[in-house]
Amino acid sequence: MNEIKDDSAALKNEFTNLDLETPEKPYLDSNELIINMGPQHPATHGVLRVILKLDGEKVLGTECVIGYLHRGVEKIAENRTYTMFNPYVDRMDYVAAVSNGLGYCLAIEKLLNVEAPARANYIRVILTELNRIASHQLWLGTHALDIGAMTPLFYTFRDREEILKIFEKYCGARLTTHAFRIGGCQYETYAGFEKEVKNFVQFVRPKIDEYEELLTTNRIWLERTKNVGVISGADAIALGVTGPVLRASGVKWDLRKAQPYSRYQNFEFEIPTGENGDTYDRYLVRMAEMRQSLRIIEQAVNAIPEGPIMAKVPKVIKPAVGEIYQSIEAPKGELGYFVVSDGSTQPYRVRVRPPSFVNLQALDVMVRGMLVADVVAVIGTLDIVLGEVDR
Amino acid sequence: MAEESKTPVPPSPEDKKPATEAVPSKQTSAASNAVEKPPAQPAASGAAPPAKPAPAKPAGPVPEAWNSPLVEKYKHQFGSGLEALSYLGQNYFAVDRSLIANFLKLLRDDDQFDYCVDITAVHYPKRDKQFDLIWILYSFSRNERIRVKTQIADGESLPSSVPIWATANWLEREVYDMFGIKFDGHPDMRRILLPEGWKGFPLRKDYGILQQDKEWVQINLGIESGQ
Repeated sequence: MNEIKDDSAALKNEFTNLDLETPEKPYLDSNELIINMGPQHPATHGVLRVILKLDGEKVLGTECVIGYLHRGVEKIAENRTYTMFNPYVDRMDYVAAVSNGLGYCLAIEKLLNVEAPARANYIRVILTELNRIASHQLWLGTHALDIGAMTPLFYTFRDREEILKIFEKYCGARLTTHAFRIGGCQYETYAGFEKEVKNFVQFVRPKIDEYEELLTTNRIWLERTKNVGVISGADAIALGVTGPVLRASGVKWDLRKAQPYSRYQNFEFEIPTGENGDTYDRYLVRMAEMRQSLRIIEQAVNAIPEGPIMAKVPKVIKPAVGEIYQSIEAPKGELGYFVVSDGSTQPYRVRVRPPSFVNLQALDVMVRGMLVADVVAVIGTLDIVLGEVDR
Repeated sequence: MAEESKTPVPPSPEDKKPATEAVPSKQTSAASNAVEKPPAQPAASGAAPPAKPAPAKPAGPVPEAWNSPLVEKYKHQFGSGLEALSYLGQNYFAVDRSLIANFLKLLRDDDQFDYCVDITAVHYPKRDKQFDLIWILYSFSRNERIRVKTQIADGESLPSSVPIWATANWLEREVYDMFGIKFDGHPDMRRILLPEGWKGFPLRKDYGILQQDKEWVQINLGIESGQ
């Protein structure tokens, strides 16, 4: 997987060792080239560096160099109290901060052996699903832009704004929301929240059709995405790939159904899957997921119960000695928290299982034999956020 | 560890010890992994939940024995090298290090644990075998999640599980990067998140964050301390 060297010496050797006379190394094969893509590259969605080994336009292999955004989140956790660490998780997958917060709160609640009240769970579901749509919209805009379609970016960002407005009204922040607390929610919904959410659902449903009109049958889009970055279901499972990438390869698996949390079992929704595991299928799966999210939001907002929004948790959180693993279906895949408590106010260890990090590992399998331009398409379709890859 | 005690610990009435002692005592209790701590009064005393968590609070839930056909089968095969426990409804195997390679392979091949969710480690510096290694596994067909745990000493290595699950590649590299635990037979045992020349392994408990920062500013900025 990693036979490429990234130092310039290797690059030099590649050329100085060229023996033009030997028939095994004919001159035409010598255009095997090692080039760098990133870390400062608009299509790598952050600071991802990919070293590409090319034969002309063809990709022979890749190596990802990551860690440029490493902030040591897991080390920080060991030096903070359980409550203090809560906002930090928003900075991992910063386009789906609500999901990160939900995962962390659920993990600590599990450790404390408490459950958030029904109303809190419904608020959580509404906000997390809104965030899923926002995350998918941002993915669609940037992914289409990478491939050369500029219009979807403006459409999706225009509509994503409405979600961010709801977040802002709810908790005062648009991106790193820190919306939930251990044990439930800090804030009651604002006046008119339910109406605004319902309006948003009505507003965005035709917009998703609009995005699809631009792309789904667009000939350039089809050419650029069909049979690009194919990964089989078996490969995806072996590589630990989760989320829409796994589902597009035909594996019908969603944690919200398989191991429901936050009362997802109360809602009706489908798990969209693809067949071919290519970039186009992943696009279709995510589009379908946005519609399913709208369904969930509609059901949740119509059935939101009255009651408390905070479970009875101690002011100072001091879980008993023990360790647990809790994961959720984040927009990018399985986001897990493995938390070890030693009985003090600070976690002894917090391990974050980031979906982007694990999914990125599949890049090499997906782009081998493809063209350089497809690498950009595949990085986009994996929907990675470097804040989460590097943590 | 001294700098870690600077971390603000919110004053808590039921916290009987002074804040400065919080960290060392945390270390001891963690190292022995015991519950010998004076049972903290249910926090926020009067307002404390009288319901579920409160009675459980002093001792806390404890790992229980986990019984299932899966456990029976492996107990039969591995005997005393294997312990099956359950904590808060989450099941795990505590396995002797020597059995790990065989055991993980059997879990995938015979029991369809085909998805390796995560591999990670925990450092207990006061313990003889300093590290806990944890594999979190999931089976799609059984819809079951289990953990496999083993203990190793500092400097000991483990067999790589890349041949079992391809995803172990980066996960094991991260464990090496953060804890310095090597995996035998791994195709590319290098650091992954930190640069090649990095000194030390940050997620070990004896790795202080301030000391590293101090060294960096002294070398690169020529000042005594950045804090």
